[in-house]
Amino acid sequence: MIAPAKPDLVTVNIDGKEIAVPKGTNVIEAARLVNVDVPHYCYHPKLSIVGNCRMCLIEMGMPAVDPSTKAAIMDPATGKQKINWIPRPQIGCGTNVSPGLHVKTLSPMVKDAREGVMEFLLINHPLDCPICDQAGECKLQEQATGYGRGYSRFIEQKNVKPKRTQLGPRVTLDDERCILCSRCIRFSKEIVKDDVLGFVDRGSYSTLTCYPGKKLENNYSLNTVDICPVGALTSSDFRFKMRVWFLKQTNAIDTESSVGANTVVWSREGVIYRITPRRNDDVNDTWLADSARVLFKAVKASDRLTAIKINGTDGALDVAVNAAAELFKSNSAPGAIAVVGSGRSSVEEQFLTRKLADALKASTQLVSRVGQGDQLLISADRNPNVRGALVTGLITALPFGELTGLGAQIDAGKVKVIVAINEDLAAAGLTSAQLTKVSVVYLGSHFNASSAAAKVVLPTLSPFEKSGTFVNQQFRIQKFFKAVPGPVGATDDLMVLAKLVTAAAGLTLPAEINALWKVIAAEVPALGTMAFANLPETGLLLDATPFAALPFAEGETLHYKPAQPAVAAATA
Amino acid sequence: MFDFYFEIPLVLRLFIQGLAVIMVIFPIAGACSMAERKVAAWIQDRPGPNRAIVPWVAWIPFLGKFLQRLGVFHVMADGGKMLFKEDSLPGHVNKFYFILAPIVAMIPALTTVVAVPFGAYFDAAGKVIPLGLAPLDVGMLAVFAVSSLGVYSMILAGWASNSKYPFLGSVRASAQLISYELSMTLAVLPVFLWVNAPGTPGTMGFGAVVEFQSQPGFLGGMWFGFLMPVSAFIFLVALFAETNRQPFDTVESEADLVGSFHTEYGAFKWGLFFVAEYSHMIVGSGVFMLLFGGGWNPLPWVSLATAVGWLGHILPFAHAPLFVGLLSISIFMGKVLAMIFFFMWVRWTLPRFRYDQVMKIGWQKMLPLSIANLLFYAIAIALIQK
Amino acid sequence: MAVITVERKPLTFLERTYLPQIAGGLKTTFKHLIAPKKTLEYPEERPTIPDGYRGVPTLVMDPNGREKCVSCQLCEFVCPPKAIRITPGEIPADEPDRAHVEKGPKAFDIDMLRCIYCGLCQEVCPEEAIFLQNQFSMSGYTRAEMVNHKDRLYELGGTLPDAHFKWDKKKAAEEHGNTH
Repeated sequence: MIAPAKPDLVTVNIDGKEIAVPKGTNVIEAARLVNVDVPHYCYHPKLSIVGNCRMCLIEMGMPAVDPSTKAAIMDPATGKQKINWIPRPQIGCGTNVSPGLHVKTLSPMVKDAREGVMEFLLINHPLDCPICDQAGECKLQEQATGYGRGYSRFIEQKNVKPKRTQLGPRVTLDDERCILCSRCIRFSKEIVKDDVLGFVDRGSYSTLTCYPGKKLENNYSLNTVDICPVGALTSSDFRFKMRVWFLKQTNAIDTESSVGANTVVWSREGVIYRITPRRNDDVNDTWLADSARVLFKAVKASDRLTAIKINGTDGALDVAVNAAAELFKSNSAPGAIAVVGSGRSSVEEQFLTRKLADALKASTQLVSRVGQGDQLLISADRNPNVRGALVTGLITALPFGELTGLGAQIDAGKVKVIVAINEDLAAAGLTSAQLTKVSVVYLGSHFNASSAAAKVVLPTLSPFEKSGTFVNQQFRIQKFFKAVPGPVGATDDLMVLAKLVTAAAGLTLPAEINALWKVIAAEVPALGTMAFANLPETGLLLDATPFAALPFAEGETLHYKPAQPAVAAATA
Repeated sequence: MFDFYFEIPLVLRLFIQGLAVIMVIFPIAGACSMAERKVAAWIQDRPGPNRAIVPWVAWIPFLGKFLQRLGVFHVMADGGKMLFKEDSLPGHVNKFYFILAPIVAMIPALTTVVAVPFGAYFDAAGKVIPLGLAPLDVGMLAVFAVSSLGVYSMILAGWASNSKYPFLGSVRASAQLISYELSMTLAVLPVFLWVNAPGTPGTMGFGAVVEFQSQPGFLGGMWFGFLMPVSAFIFLVALFAETNRQPFDTVESEADLVGSFHTEYGAFKWGLFFVAEYSHMIVGSGVFMLLFGGGWNPLPWVSLATAVGWLGHILPFAHAPLFVGLLSISIFMGKVLAMIFFFMWVRWTLPRFRYDQVMKIGWQKMLPLSIANLLFYAIAIALIQK
Repeated sequence: MAVITVERKPLTFLERTYLPQIAGGLKTTFKHLIAPKKTLEYPEERPTIPDGYRGVPTLVMDPNGREKCVSCQLCEFVCPPKAIRITPGEIPADEPDRAHVEKGPKAFDIDMLRCIYCGLCQEVCPEEAIFLQNQFSMSGYTRAEMVNHKDRLYELGGTLPDAHFKWDKKKAAEEHGNTH
């Protein structure tokens, strides 16, 4: 973290430890660098500082100098420069470092201050922990174990406030639990720029509420739930579903668009309960769109494909692969087979798709999805991994939204077999008449028109059930991991593709991701130095210069500026 | 009035008698298993099995409840269970010998019964006629000869089971039975030495022994158990060992051998071993009572004839052969059952000997003692009968 | 330390024969044969259950007949053999009696084939809703039968006295408290 000493570094002393930090860092962040935790509620590294919770109180002082001579005053006892400690505690979040600043976070005064703040905060806080969804990840609960009294001196009636206010379609507010930190208000105002939240009334009557006639219904409303340090703002979807300490956390990537927001998938015993953002300061900071948090609902959808079908009858994987191989063999003329890959497949799957297309001498195409970007965390390109297909060589030009060229070839009778991977050909513009003219081998996780028309259906996994990598709009390659096991009947995409490659070319490729990466690293120059296990959690930027000329669809989003003006609308 | 019985053909008559004996021995063996459980329970301060009841017996006011508490219907329940549970045959056994073994166990157990008289009656001449299936002159020898065949069933079962514990158990069984047979036989010899005075036609029959214990006079009316306590003691201990009862049941010691030779057995085949063991106990107790306990004589110095004579004063039909027969059988069976109770009583009193202790007692204690005992009585009897 | 050699008293001849000891043993066992029985005739006679006995875990109602469990799932978390399985649910806002509790178990299963009767669930319960009471006999013919569901748990648990009436106080505060 600490870059080599630059002129704008200042040296501070926190609990006796000297550290050089950039100018403008506040004491909480500086303390974090020396592994000193300064408890706080209202402070959030990505939001403005208000300093209203008073939990981060610390004791600070500056080296003493003689006012007239500016000479350092030495302490004869220690032989060091004397420190003039400020007699009252200061807030850590609002205090920026200055040269020679001394901070005490463990002194009796600090402890006393924190205990006092905790007692005030807990005065009106309800004893809701058994039913509160925040329990287990609640800052108030955490600090109460460190600085709480264990009993209450408050014998009066606690404040009564509304317990289940619907702030918006996805957020429920429990006002009694609110400690008025105003993180949610600042988030709405500063990040989403949708100023809907505010406090009304005064003193202990202060209540968080929406402005009259407004609702917290923007696509980032659930971030207020994430940043709420207590259980006041709760997700209506996750509310009362499961206690967080049962949930297993798996790092994943949002597949909604090419932003590639980092996420954590929370699951228990094969059931996903929620998705939350994972901090990545180069991609999504600590935010995530609401629409990305409901993607897991597709995992347990009723239209999941769970049976391998060969001409409409159930069969085993090897039988289906052999049936596909028969189709490949009987249409061996160059160009008779077309492979429709997907920008939603992982880099590894796209690599295997390319190997399959090479083996079949097939043409390859992708289907692009372009929507409106929201300039925050949803980009215009709604495929998470189009750049992966470019990097692996599956495609060389940007895809189109409709497979009109392929349709024409079908009508011309050139293409007889289509291998469709995770893409619905009907949705991509092929007519049902065209679909009946060709034999479709379909790999996918959900039912659609293509799987209904396919000769061979090979059910595969959803992104939550497999591991892999995506390359986002910044050409940043990021890992995601298997959170839950796939349904019975579905096979890992890599396994199916590897078997198809073997059946088509007699070439054996590993289906295990780490082994496959050895092959990828050997064959794809851009990924030559990497291994799946070694990719950092925050991703790795690839060299984007070979593709600089391509007219990508994305507009500006958080941490991303397009290299050239967006021409997506024209090409789509 | 039962003369017609003697007019039916001998073969048929013996068949009926044989059937009668089996019909008695089998239920008694079953009842003994129940008694074993009840005695065990009582000694351990428990009520024991007291649940099973036949519905229409339960309707009898007090008797039904009493019989239920006594657990008599558990005999039927156990028997039914034994009959109807799955008769499994392990895959690794030698099937022929495995099935043969329990049959071989039953044969000597039931065959020895032939030689044991259960009572007696007086014919017209006042002569004592023992009530037995075969009034053999070689009774004792026959019992010894046949009952020692019982060990073959254990060896067969242990070997045919084709697994470790049964095999070890059967090896123990053969060694133990041979060890104690010696002292048992030697302990019995003084009795027959005394019974068969020089010059008289010799017999090894039980009838003669009981008759000898029924003589008038101090020595004559005294049972051999009092005359030869050491013999009786050796015979009793050897009997425990021969029937594999505690404290000598090293053959079946479940702690070190699981279930010994019948580990692999279940259901009815196991039940046959069980009944055979109790049949052995019954016959063994009978032999002990005949030799040392005065047979069917009610009390020492009070012979059956004397008792019948006394009863004749009260009951007019006391001299009828049927009554005398039933009386003698009752007396004898009473003594046998008392012996069996003693077996059970000892079982819940003494812990099991270790196998090496069993061997040590058999060869180093019992055998020298029985030889010394034989020598002593041989000389004493020679002196008395000179 | 001085070693004191204690002479073992040599056994007398009678003692070496073991016979007096055997006779003594027979006497002892015979005494027990006729002594009064010490066992309970179980299904008819029941043992008295001591206080603090840890029997089958049950859910209890408060004296007003409301369920106390708020499905916080702490028992599920603490349960060493993972015998407890709770599906939490929200209490709809239109339930006049319990709407203020907000959360209650939709399903509450205790697998008695897994339960080890440790009582940690009772200890951890913040609502005093789960108690190991004096029910000690659980039997069934199938595995499914051995899983106690919510209604069965309440049937076994019954009602226990309550020292706090926490949620009643909460409701009273809501009705009379310092609302705006």
